[in-house]
Amino acid sequence: MSVVEAVFFLFATILVASAFMVISARNPVHSVLFLVLAFFNGAGLFILAGAEFLGFTLILVYVGAVMVLFLFVLMMLDINLQRMREGILNYLPLGAAIAFILVVEMGMALSAGAGGPVVGGDSALGGPEAGNTTLLGRVLYDQYLLPFEVAALVLLVALVAAIALTLRSRPDTKKQVPGDQVRVRRDERVRMVDMPTEKPQKTAGEAAGTGEDQ
Amino acid sequence: MIPLSYYLVLGAILFSIGVMGIFLNRKNVITILMAIELILLAVNINFVAFSQHLNNLSGQVFVFFILTVAAAEAAVGLAILVLFFRNRRSIDVDDINSLSG
Repeated sequence: MSVVEAVFFLFATILVASAFMVISARNPVHSVLFLVLAFFNGAGLFILAGAEFLGFTLILVYVGAVMVLFLFVLMMLDINLQRMREGILNYLPLGAAIAFILVVEMGMALSAGAGGPVVGGDSALGGPEAGNTTLLGRVLYDQYLLPFEVAALVLLVALVAAIALTLRSRPDTKKQVPGDQVRVRRDERVRMVDMPTEKPQKTAGEAAGTGEDQ
Repeated sequence: MIPLSYYLVLGAILFSIGVMGIFLNRKNVITILMAIELILLAVNINFVAFSQHLNNLSGQVFVFFILTVAAAEAAVGLAILVLFFRNRRSIDVDDINSLSG
């Protein structure tokens, strides 16, 4: 077993183990953290296969943004953990059976062509004259320019949709309306009142009190 | 170097774990979203392995687009989840039945 194969098996083992922990952890926060570990190992496998740019993108976008978003939402919601775990064993046979069928089917499909092709090594994609990022950039901004712009549009729509979904106007809270504050006129706030001046009349108790003080 | 079938078997295992996670965690929508992310990661691993094997960068470009769409999906999905929790005080899948589907 070569060094590259050993590294592959290390990454793959940790990836599968942490993926299993994602779906079986009791605490959803632990699930998110195991998913972060899974993405780190997936990024390692990407880099092993010569896709350095995608590996770093996976860490930056997923670990840095999407997983933090998951954690934010998870900690904002006040979830009853006890109620969430009940009935998980009811679905275990069905889920395990479906996963088993999937693995067997895909294994049969893959073993039909086993022992042939090889990934990695001296590919022309990651040659020394131009790195993977340079080549990917050339393809992305040339051949796939229109899909690239559409992807940017998808992100914009998702941004607007996420804000529009969660924005709410709460009538029970007090808030300032700066426009109304600026537009206000003097006679809406100040009222001048004419009052006749009066002399204060001393009562008997007050007179006695002042006498004691002195 | 690493045979292509290793990558494909790894992708198959990850995909199956993701599908099993969807069936297992019927009480928690957030875990279902995370299982979907696992499935997407399995697909991405297959794309990268085939891209390197066929010596064609289009596979990596597709992974790029999948990452974009997955980020958008996570944002909108979590927004819907927050909205649902605000209305029903729960993220149980069994409580999402107001459309009677």
